[in-house]
Amino acid sequence: MIKLKDNQKILLEFNLAGSAFDLAGEASSKIKRVLQQIGVATEVIRRIAISSYEAEMNVIIHACCGVMRAEIYPNRTEIQVEDQGPGIADIALAMQEGFSTAPDFVREMGFGAGMGLPNMVRCSDQFDIQSQIGKGTTVLMVINH
Amino acid sequence: MKLSEVVHTLQAEVLCGEEWLDCEIDTICGADLMSDVLAFATGRTILLTGLTNIQVVRTAFLSDLVGIVFIRGKKPGADIIAMAAEKGIPLMATAYPMYEACGRLYFRQTQEPKRCGDQVERQSKNFARV
Repeated sequence: MIKLKDNQKILLEFNLAGSAFDLAGEASSKIKRVLQQIGVATEVIRRIAISSYEAEMNVIIHACCGVMRAEIYPNRTEIQVEDQGPGIADIALAMQEGFSTAPDFVREMGFGAGMGLPNMVRCSDQFDIQSQIGKGTTVLMVINH
Repeated sequence: MKLSEVVHTLQAEVLCGEEWLDCEIDTICGADLMSDVLAFATGRTILLTGLTNIQVVRTAFLSDLVGIVFIRGKKPGADIIAMAAEKGIPLMATAYPMYEACGRLYFRQTQEPKRCGDQVERQSKNFARV
């Protein structure tokens, strides 16, 4: 096991391609493996993995492309996901459980149930979302270890 | 309940992860919506699902599920089985549909210990009467 020193951080960055469903979850899986290697508690890893996976899926479902950055510190993990996509018209509405604009074929894969953003909020200690119609959406999540 | 008891109760075929069957489980979740799994999975959970795509295995890996049972005789492709084996996630397949598979496991997990308890209680009452 590798132990992070107080002043150390690990930066992981992934380019995400819209509609690349076969690869959906690969970036989050890599983040999870690094967290396991540095000995973060299992329950904390689960929260980080779920929040990053939901954010990753959102880019793949809704945007044309995006970047996911994970900054792992000894006491916290920060996940930032920035996409170039349609943006969200009504963030408050999108945050409601069950609200989704995902197409039917995404639902057939088991996603697009309107649980993505609520799941991210539930799993993170800090959550921030900013969106501009026609430009894209940025999500920042901080999960304390 | 152990994973091996799930296999027995559902007369399931083990597709990969035979070496994990001794593993204990706390929770059983029946869902085709992966976001529901991500929202509700806690502890050592197995998933019963009718979906056989790659997202099921990724969801299982990311939310720490300890096994997946495919219902109604469905089986995933060899690539998905290989991915689950590599990630250490046992895969099983049962012919039972979702309702019946959940019902059988629920009965096994909850009713049987209670029934045993009832018998113990009845025996002690009989004993008291004597």
